[in-house]
Amino acid sequence: MTRGPRIGDPAPRPDGPDKVTGRFPYSSDLRAPGMLWGAAVRSPHASARIVGIDPAPALALEGVAAVLTADDVPGRPTYGLAVADQPAFARDLVRHHGEAVAVVAAATPDLARRAARAVAVDYAPLDPLTDPAAAVTAAPLHPNGNVFRHLIVRRGDVAAAAADPDLVTVEDTYEVGRQDPAFLGLESGLAVPAADGGVDLAVSTQFLHADRDQVAASLGLAPERVRLTLAGVGGAFGGREDLTLHLHLCLLALRTGRPVGMAYDRSESFVGHVTRHPARMWYRHRATRDGTLVSVEARVLLDGGAYQSTSAAVLANACCFAAGPYRVPHALVEGWAVRTNHPPAGALRGFGIPQVCFAHESQMDALAAALGVDPVDLRRRNALAPGDALLTGQRITGTAPAVACLDAAVAHPLPAPPDDDPLRRPGGTGLATGPGDVRRGVGVAMAFKNLMYSEGLQDLSTASVRLAVDGGELVATVHCAAAEVGQGFVTLAQQIVRTELGVDRVVLRAADTSIGEAGSSSASRQSWMSGGAVAAACAGVRDEVLARVAAGRGGRGEAFALRDGEVVSRDGGLRLPLAEVVGADPVEAVRVFTHADTAPLDADGQGDAHVAFVFTAHRAVVDVDPALGSVQVVQIATGQDIGRALNPLAVTGQLEGGIAQGLGLALLEDVVTREGRVATRTFQDYLVPTALDVGDVVATLIEEPEPGAPYGAKGVGEAPTLSSIPAVVAAVRAATGRRLRRVPVRPAHVALGEDGVAPFVVPGGPAAPPGVVTGPEGPLAKPALTDPPGVAELPGGEGGA
Amino acid sequence: MSRPRGLAEAIDVLRADPAAVPLGGGTDLLVALRAGERSVRHVVALRRVEELAGVTTGPDAVDLGAGLTWAGMEAQVGATLPALAAAARAVGSPQARNAGTLGGNLGSAAITGSTLPVLLALDAGVEVAGPAGTRTVPAGDLVRGPGDVALHAGEIVTRVRIPRARGPQQFLKVGQRGSVITAVAQVALVLDLGARRVRCGVGAATPVAFRPRAAERAAEAAIDWDAVTADPDLPRRFGALVAADRPPLDDLRASAAYRRHAVAVLAERALARALAA
Ligand SMILES: Cc1cc2nc3c(=O)[nH]c(=O)nc-3n(C[C@H](O)[C@H](O)[C@H](O)COP(=O)(O)OP(=O)(O)OC[C@H]3O[C@@H](n4cnc5c(N)ncnc54)[C@H](O)[C@@H]3O)c2cc1C
Repeated sequence: MTRGPRIGDPAPRPDGPDKVTGRFPYSSDLRAPGMLWGAAVRSPHASARIVGIDPAPALALEGVAAVLTADDVPGRPTYGLAVADQPAFARDLVRHHGEAVAVVAAATPDLARRAARAVAVDYAPLDPLTDPAAAVTAAPLHPNGNVFRHLIVRRGDVAAAAADPDLVTVEDTYEVGRQDPAFLGLESGLAVPAADGGVDLAVSTQFLHADRDQVAASLGLAPERVRLTLAGVGGAFGGREDLTLHLHLCLLALRTGRPVGMAYDRSESFVGHVTRHPARMWYRHRATRDGTLVSVEARVLLDGGAYQSTSAAVLANACCFAAGPYRVPHALVEGWAVRTNHPPAGALRGFGIPQVCFAHESQMDALAAALGVDPVDLRRRNALAPGDALLTGQRITGTAPAVACLDAAVAHPLPAPPDDDPLRRPGGTGLATGPGDVRRGVGVAMAFKNLMYSEGLQDLSTASVRLAVDGGELVATVHCAAAEVGQGFVTLAQQIVRTELGVDRVVLRAADTSIGEAGSSSASRQSWMSGGAVAAACAGVRDEVLARVAAGRGGRGEAFALRDGEVVSRDGGLRLPLAEVVGADPVEAVRVFTHADTAPLDADGQGDAHVAFVFTAHRAVVDVDPALGSVQVVQIATGQDIGRALNPLAVTGQLEGGIAQGLGLALLEDVVTREGRVATRTFQDYLVPTALDVGDVVATLIEEPEPGAPYGAKGVGEAPTLSSIPAVVAAVRAATGRRLRRVPVRPAHVALGEDGVAPFVVPGGPAAPPGVVTGPEGPLAKPALTDPPGVAELPGGEGGA
Repeated sequence: MSRPRGLAEAIDVLRADPAAVPLGGGTDLLVALRAGERSVRHVVALRRVEELAGVTTGPDAVDLGAGLTWAGMEAQVGATLPALAAAARAVGSPQARNAGTLGGNLGSAAITGSTLPVLLALDAGVEVAGPAGTRTVPAGDLVRGPGDVALHAGEIVTRVRIPRARGPQQFLKVGQRGSVITAVAQVALVLDLGARRVRCGVGAATPVAFRPRAAERAAEAAIDWDAVTADPDLPRRFGALVAADRPPLDDLRASAAYRRHAVAVLAERALARALAA
């Protein structure tokens, strides 16, 4: 057996070759003998009353096995990650375009789709509520009301800062569009009815146990009777935290007694899963003339769509991190996450922080311009450091290499000036851009984010490690429900076992619900949490092995150690091959791993709500054709806080992919809605960056081990997506002088100088006077709105996507 | 699915089954089928039809088979029809360029189709064949509206004939990014030095690609054809006239204001580059 990669070694993905050669079995490849295919009937309206549903025309088609509606849900009629406010099927009222009204099962996928179209649903369309600012005072769309959460974070005294005439003030309004997770592997799965009356579901997901609990509740089954196995996942990014087709599949399988498969197409996916929250934000920064930040005021309005999902926790992130990685003595942040008739928004890589990061970094550049100082110097001067307090009053006890990230990002050599290759110019193959039409711009931004769940939410992972001898060779088998969604837990688990036990052959069992939960593959948490659980289980195995050796010799386990696959006595007298110790009697340990407790936020948004923080900085270089508004990203340089790179290959993948996704939000990706209806239907118009769009990525890893983290490592799944967004926009601004207060930046925003950003309207408050382009007048934080019923048990406290 | 080997056989199949639909590379048709936007019972694959293949370059005209792929155009007409080769190169993704055909592009008559504006500027004639025989349709008369091609039942596009003109050609396309992108505006321009004509085709900005005749006349009058020069402000004025020719589309991909602006910029650059060539 060759020596496999340990912690810190580059470990290639075991599924990599299969994925690039088309052999990897994704959830859409699942088949079973005698299976049926499901398809959902979805509302074409953003808001409508359902007058009637007639399944007869669908049932009349030969080969259609079932049509199910809200009447066919035996258990809880609704589901949801934090609050069960989302119906399995709309019953009387449709609250968003694409909401499921019924589901059919038929002999073929094609027939299922035809049958779904044949179900006759009689809708009485209503005027949709599409303006999030109006949602607070509008008639409630749902018994729980229209405000998922209203949050204030208050620190110091912004009023005193406002009274100081010597401070320099910048204020503006910013908007973020609707980014879709746009994973390539569309929603799909296979449910098989079981002899015990339960159901086995194989599905692509981020969080098996949360799925199981929600599905079981709606099926009216005990959780043990609903068994989930992770199927091949083609990307997730947050968009697979919520149920999509899971429940529909299980309902159909139990009703028909046959295996049922289902797969969305792209346009169904756009309306069938959560997107990033579209945001409107108003900001006011004040600083001394020498560039020291004094106060930040912010209002953040998130459009949560029709159902709650993780909106409450996303809002907490947006508010807690609203000012970015800077020391801010005085701050007042007010946030709302509201219900509208748009499709639900939820978790997406960055989890509330990409939105505010775009705003706070735009503000920092505006402030630098107002002060006449270098934007990098301004950031360096105000950057957080260990021991500093956040807006929430929490002090940073771990590492905080904000300045090191920034310095590393800007230390990379700048790319060569535009060359003669016309295809590299902003106009690309369209040849619209001539050599004289190109302006180059450089922009810098930084960010930080919480790791793991926050606000006191339970956060744990479970892993088992079993050591056995097979054919004379040691084999370690790891079992953990952590969903591999591309982040690399599959390599990490093996690296940990090899490092801890010195065993090279490590087998990873399929992730399923037969073991305790691992939490979600989100919030940049699995390396820390499930990595920690695997390491703890390894320690358990080691202790048992040593105890076994000691027991055989009448000593204590502490007298021995495990070193490179051998048990040695500390006095040096004994060396025993591990395989000999294990023999025919396998050693197994199961461990549950948790992190330090976090606290809820108080009424002023104060509290030690977070576990740890990851920092990041980006410098973008872009070429712009200002007349046409075309942008070509040339290079993104980054300095990335990582604690310790456990698998440098996987880290590179996260940095490049995360930057591509940030750049996508900056320039390309937007699900467009018109009167509540989703108008974007395919990748022809939802533009996911291709390799041609991304440019070169150059990275420096900042390795300062984080105290308390397994191996000192910080999760890096989300950070690359954060400040890459404002860095790209800043670079476009530098090249063009345009204001650009909305992402994605459209060619028209650059070419015509109109970013379409309307004045911020305070939710529930008076409309801003006409013609006021900057922030609203009047005091911030009017008396807090009373939270509607059903929201009181929040916050959801989740930390990321 | 039928796979005729010759034109006569293809026409026979199409005549016999009015529901039969021709298939080129399938890069439009299959996308529409999979999206459920079209449903077709009988497909007539044209790939094997010899009469639709090949490029013939004569002294007076270049003759292109309707089965020519984007990749084929790129490789085979770069020297004679650089604007068409550039349009082909700008089609997104190598896979689409290897499969998509000239005939299919005209058959789709998409608003965003890349060949029609070039064929307008090149003054092309489109040969179509059907049960009633063969006829030639000027490129400008082929497309009546989005997806609406002036073909009779059972007719297909067989060849495209382009008179050879001495002088520079330009093709410029702009979309929401540089490559693998649907156009929001594209402009083809030919300076016909022999005939002393300026011919311009504008696509993706309006429901059907068009020639901005008033702008062409104004440019022709302003160019010194002996020296092939003009007042340095001519391209800008030309761009403004092209953009003013008719109201642009306003849709998901671009506002009317942006399209108007982009058409002006592309047309200005096209003429400036042609005059500088
Ligand atoms: C990724 C991608 C990028 C693309 N980029 C571009 C682009 O930049 N510019 C652009 O213009 N298009 C683009 N397209 C669209 C498409 O590739 C072109 O329109 C292509 O030319 C269609 O040719 P085809 O042979 O594939 O047509 P098919 O899909 O086979 O057929 C299209 C239509 O034409 C009909 N048809 C086919 N052959 C004939 C014929 N000989 N006579 C009459 N009717 C016929 C068919 O019945 C059908 O209605 C793109 C497509 C994809 C998938």
